[in-house]
Amino acid sequence: MIGITGFGAYVPRLRLPRQVAAQANAWYAPQFGGRKGARAFANWDEDSVTMAVAAARDCLGPAEDRSHVRAVLLATDTPPFAERLNAAIVAGALTLDDDIEAADLGGTPRVALTALTQAVARATAFPGEVLVLAADRRKARPGSAQELEYGDGAAAALVGRDKVLAQFLGSATLSVDFVDHFRASGESIDYQWEERWIRDEGVSKLVPRVVAGALRQAGIAAEQVDHLLFPTSFARMDAQVAKACGIHDEAVAASLIDRIGDCGAAHGLIMLADGLERAKPGQIIVLAAFGSGAQAIVLRATPLVESFRPTRGVRAWIARGKEEPNYTRFLSFGGQLSLERGMRGEQDRKTALSTAWRHRNALLGLVAGKCRVTGSVHFPPSRLSYDPQGPLQDTQEPYKLADRPARVLSWSAEYLSYHPSPPHHYGQIDFEGGGRILMDFTDLDVGEVDSGTPMEMVFRIKDIDTARNYTRYFWKATPARGA
Amino acid sequence: MASGVKDKVAILGMGCSRFGERWDASPEDLMLEAYNEAMQDAGITPDQLDAAWFSTHMDDVGTGRGGTPMSIALRLPNIGVTRVENFCAGGSEAIRAAVYAVAAGACDIAIALGVEKLKDTGYGGLPVATVGTYIPQWHPNAVAPANFAQVAAAYRYKHGLDAQTLKRALAHVSVKSHANGAKNPKAHLRKAITEAQCLSAPTIAAPLGLFDCCGVSDGAAAVIVTTPEIARGLGKRDPVTFKALQVACSNGWEMQGNGWDGSYFHTTRIAAKRAYAEAGVARPRDEISLTEVHDCFSITELVTMEDLFLSDEGGAVGDVLDGAFDAEGRLPCQIDGGLKCFGHPIGASGIRMLYEIYLQLNGRAGARQLGDPRLGLVHNLGGQPSQNVCAISIVGREGV
Repeated sequence: MIGITGFGAYVPRLRLPRQVAAQANAWYAPQFGGRKGARAFANWDEDSVTMAVAAARDCLGPAEDRSHVRAVLLATDTPPFAERLNAAIVAGALTLDDDIEAADLGGTPRVALTALTQAVARATAFPGEVLVLAADRRKARPGSAQELEYGDGAAAALVGRDKVLAQFLGSATLSVDFVDHFRASGESIDYQWEERWIRDEGVSKLVPRVVAGALRQAGIAAEQVDHLLFPTSFARMDAQVAKACGIHDEAVAASLIDRIGDCGAAHGLIMLADGLERAKPGQIIVLAAFGSGAQAIVLRATPLVESFRPTRGVRAWIARGKEEPNYTRFLSFGGQLSLERGMRGEQDRKTALSTAWRHRNALLGLVAGKCRVTGSVHFPPSRLSYDPQGPLQDTQEPYKLADRPARVLSWSAEYLSYHPSPPHHYGQIDFEGGGRILMDFTDLDVGEVDSGTPMEMVFRIKDIDTARNYTRYFWKATPARGA
Repeated sequence: MASGVKDKVAILGMGCSRFGERWDASPEDLMLEAYNEAMQDAGITPDQLDAAWFSTHMDDVGTGRGGTPMSIALRLPNIGVTRVENFCAGGSEAIRAAVYAVAAGACDIAIALGVEKLKDTGYGGLPVATVGTYIPQWHPNAVAPANFAQVAAAYRYKHGLDAQTLKRALAHVSVKSHANGAKNPKAHLRKAITEAQCLSAPTIAAPLGLFDCCGVSDGAAAVIVTTPEIARGLGKRDPVTFKALQVACSNGWEMQGNGWDGSYFHTTRIAAKRAYAEAGVARPRDEISLTEVHDCFSITELVTMEDLFLSDEGGAVGDVLDGAFDAEGRLPCQIDGGLKCFGHPIGASGIRMLYEIYLQLNGRAGARQLGDPRLGLVHNLGGQPSQNVCAISIVGREGV
């Protein structure tokens, strides 16, 4: 049996109420005045790579041994790098074995479904599991419909042959050059064609074809479908697809778009992660997506489906959302508003790539060194360890810190240096079991931390080198807000 | 067993420029101001200098690297000039090198000079520093106020203090230094302030406000040292001599272990114990007459009182609020205004601190002169609380 063996998701903490944007732009674009709900948006230090890491951690949990993962497929239409394998950054952050396969996939919002079927193919041919990740942080022009519709987010699905939660039954794909929107290489914003044409000629005609095809391959009748997962920002479009396919109306799953926005390449997997948390053994799940054609996948929940739970899961990520009343913060974090940085913001953030490689385990994986003689933990790891009798040499062994409970030892929040989200919070973090790092804090509000506050680690953008367009990543501390 | 420096080296002369936003002065001008005063005080000519040590911290603004900036600015007679750099404790490093050279008998007369030209950056606060290629990839792009503010957070947590009490004690530290600085004609900041002003000032790095932070100043200071014998030969009847000169440097324990609680300066405690031992000071609270400590931020001065064993652990807040370190208190601290108000031209600060003690011991401190001081202590700290270098000197009259 091949199928989904684990799943997880990530939705960034910040929410832009659509009314906040609509009101800010009402003088220019009054047609959006009635928009309701909110969209999730990434903090300034998040991108598709960091969100994919967060979703993967939600799926994999704090397990020390991740050697069962033999491949990572990162599906995103907003990869931070065109060259520099984004999936390899993710693999490094997850401390996956370095002899795994890793690939970036993109080009269409339905790419995550392609990644899933590729994962099924790989799991059929090779041992080990495939980690499918999908993430998007799409840009839209201020005052556009997409600005309100899009959301940022990520999801993960593990594909393998052992302890399958949802068996893969079949899939159908249609790959055609139906251009509902496009974005040329090097551009950052999609160009959209008329919605009515997309709806009538695109979604309405192409999606039912692949759903029918996938059900046929799976040997499943449409009326047997318990969950139809089809992300669309067209009102009632999912219900129309269900009707066109003969799937009963109650099977149509909530798209969550009203609460977090349409998370692009990630949205289908976010819905899958959400659906699998509520699926009962034996239930049939159809996941469909539209884009340069369409694709559908059919799964059947196994008796094990209720035995697995992600670390947090979609609903918990959604529940921890924080509404942001400042439209300019949303614009600034999304790179749509160039705020004055002051002279302190002029500092060169060039990354020495040779240094980064030498220290890759510490920088990407947050791997410290633990002295096997004294048990002391050192970050960064080093050849010498402390000992009351004198330093010990070459006694440190790799010791992962990313998933260990931690607390604030000391902290401050300062307004002096340039920071995209002032005040700049940082301080010393002590890890349970040993280890201390003076590090940046993120995703927190003024007054939320003090000495002793429990914290957890998140993989984030450390600095953006604007002169060379290079992003460097590291870990930050954020208040532990429970599951 | 090393015998230390006690009474082996005397101060022959000292000089200090006016500190402040010296838009009028280049680093060369600042150096010359301090040098002229020191040479005149010493009563010697340039050809009597055997060697020089030169302290400056920032390469990118200021003087540039190496010994040549000092040698060229002062047209020194081709003696050896060595640049030293040890963060904000660089001035003390230059002193240490000159003192060691004289104590070792390698030089008869040596000069240590520190200078910093900070106000050519175009913005307030210290210039943005670079720290190699590895640290920027994980360490926060931190600034000094937030590094030191963390001590306040950890101190408050450790001692279970309420935020307002600590904030008031910190305000007292700054009010005191402003009152002292107002009497110092060379000081950068010469206006007295009130506790209310301190408490309502804008936050720079929580919980530190504007008045918890020292001045960012241009300035230079110089000291000329020799043996007590040569000093007497040159007409100095009862020269001020070094009793102790100790430096302790972090080895990563604070930053990487889990033993340090973040509320104090590990190196200060080590250097203080060594300095008291070297000077033969058994009861520092009774024997030390005045201190010049590294009050880069009010919290630094407050915990330093404990780290120098001048307050009990956890007792500095009470001592500060009781006025123990005010000009009229039991052990005056920063009688010249300190880094807070005299100013903090980084490479010069360690020498500036010694300058005030030297003036006080010689009865030349003008309106701020204390009655009959005997031993003075200089505490000069460089780096950040979790990794730093601490230099402590004790000076006094030869027989004291």
